Amino acid sequence: MVSEPLLKIEVKSLNVHYGSLQVLKDVTLSVNKNEILGVIGPANSGKTSFLRVLNRLIDLTPDVRVRGEVHLDGINIYAKMNAEEVRKRVGMVFALPQPLPLSIFDNVAYGPRRHGLHHAGKLAEIVEKSLKAAFLWDEVKDRLSTSGMQLSGGQQQRLCIARTLAVEPEVILYDEPCSGLDPISTAKVEAAMFELKKRYTQILVTNNVKQAARVGDRVAFFLMGELVEIDQAGRIFTAPRDKRTDDYVTGRFG
Amino acid sequence: MKISPQAKEKIAFLVLGIATCLVLIPVFVIIFILMEKGAQAISWEFLTAKPRMGMRAGGIFPAIVGTVYLVLGTVTAALPLGLFAAIYLVEYAKGNWLTRMVEVAIVNLAGVPSVVYGLFGMGLFVIFMKLGTSILAGSLTLAIMILPVIITASREALSTVPQSFREVSRALGVSKWQTIWHVVLPNAISGILTGTILGVSRAAGETAPILFTAAAFYLPKLPQSIFDQCMALPYHLYVLSTQVPNVNPKIQYGTALVLVGLVFFTNLVAIIIRARFRARKQW
Repeated sequence: MVSEPLLKIEVKSLNVHYGSLQVLKDVTLSVNKNEILGVIGPANSGKTSFLRVLNRLIDLTPDVRVRGEVHLDGINIYAKMNAEEVRKRVGMVFALPQPLPLSIFDNVAYGPRRHGLHHAGKLAEIVEKSLKAAFLWDEVKDRLSTSGMQLSGGQQQRLCIARTLAVEPEVILYDEPCSGLDPISTAKVEAAMFELKKRYTQILVTNNVKQAARVGDRVAFFLMGELVEIDQAGRIFTAPRDKRTDDYVTGRFG
Repeated sequence: MKISPQAKEKIAFLVLGIATCLVLIPVFVIIFILMEKGAQAISWEFLTAKPRMGMRAGGIFPAIVGTVYLVLGTVTAALPLGLFAAIYLVEYAKGNWLTRMVEVAIVNLAGVPSVVYGLFGMGLFVIFMKLGTSILAGSLTLAIMILPVIITASREALSTVPQSFREVSRALGVSKWQTIWHVVLPNAISGILTGTILGVSRAAGETAPILFTAAAFYLPKLPQSIFDQCMALPYHLYVLSTQVPNVNPKIQYGTALVLVGLVFFTNLVAIIIRARFRARKQW
């Protein structure tokens, strides 16, 4: 008997409103442990809002209403956990690389420091480990004290991944992480994601259908706030059940 | 008569240029007159000695010291209050009627004439709170006067810190206050300091607010505590010019020169701080 993959995240009947505008409509899906879930869909389909619900970053948006349930390891993150705790366990990498105006070292050490770690040796260890996991260590190990803002776009994005890893999350959310990067930088970010599969559950929102096909184990297709379809990546791109999915992945609209 | 666009361009350029140069004239005239008539009065003794012979001779040391004390007291009171208020308004306040009322109050505070601050300070600090005519009462009065400057500059500085910095920090599970303290403030500090120093340099030159709250006509010794009165440069200048007969104009102009020099120096510090932070700024 094949054992069922462990569920990391379960989303049940999720509805999100910004004021009177509904951006997510009754979304129900689950994410398995150690998988990469690709999330695709045209602009305004609710992908980014969906992502921001998963680490409660959406709480920062004024006038937002979230109904439904999101469970992390079976625990409701809106009812049973505080937002800071959720965000420590569910990290996020943004669309544009956003290093803080600090050195490379301090960027990565920022999270652990704020969470109370000030031991120099341990910090150095975490910084090295995180930069290695993000495939950036070899490129920056000799200039950790230079500003993170002087790195190239692709390096900055991997620095942001390292900064997220330094807090030791269990889930990593990516919000179109390669939208501003050239193909080679994109390949490096994707390589990092593959490597990170061993230890993390990852969700990748992307505008690039091919990237979802390359990286995703399963892929979810959102349209106008609705989850149209979620399935193995192979099926979504070869034999989708819904015509709208087919139209989107083959480029007939979007 | 028709004027060609090229000629219009030249006329506009000329008019704008002249207007800009006219702005410079008062500054240079003031400096020139003060230098010409007051520079001879400046000496080591003038800066470090007490006034003698009914203030017709000697120096202005107690007034310089008094002004420095008042300024330090003003910063100590106004900076935390103004900064915290600005942080609240930028980071926490929602756009409701209370916030709008606070904003209107700040704008109005900036428009209150300084002599009204003086009377208000006398009523509240000197009489009601029984602080007496003192450095403390004067500093608090000046602090209230420059609060709008500090709040406005601090809000401006806090608002220019990119929203993405806050999101990045919050996304790492860092609390709101920690984010403000470790990300927002360090990136806003230059604007906050510049605004504060500009406010302070205004406080240094004001006469009316300290007239009833802190300033003494003449004191035989330097103030010993914040509950003492003090002499102050702007008030001393007023006294020399209107209250004491037969003062050598050199002393009057010399005093004015020191006061203006002090204010210029403070502003210069603000400019240097801003330039240094700007050079380091990476966004």
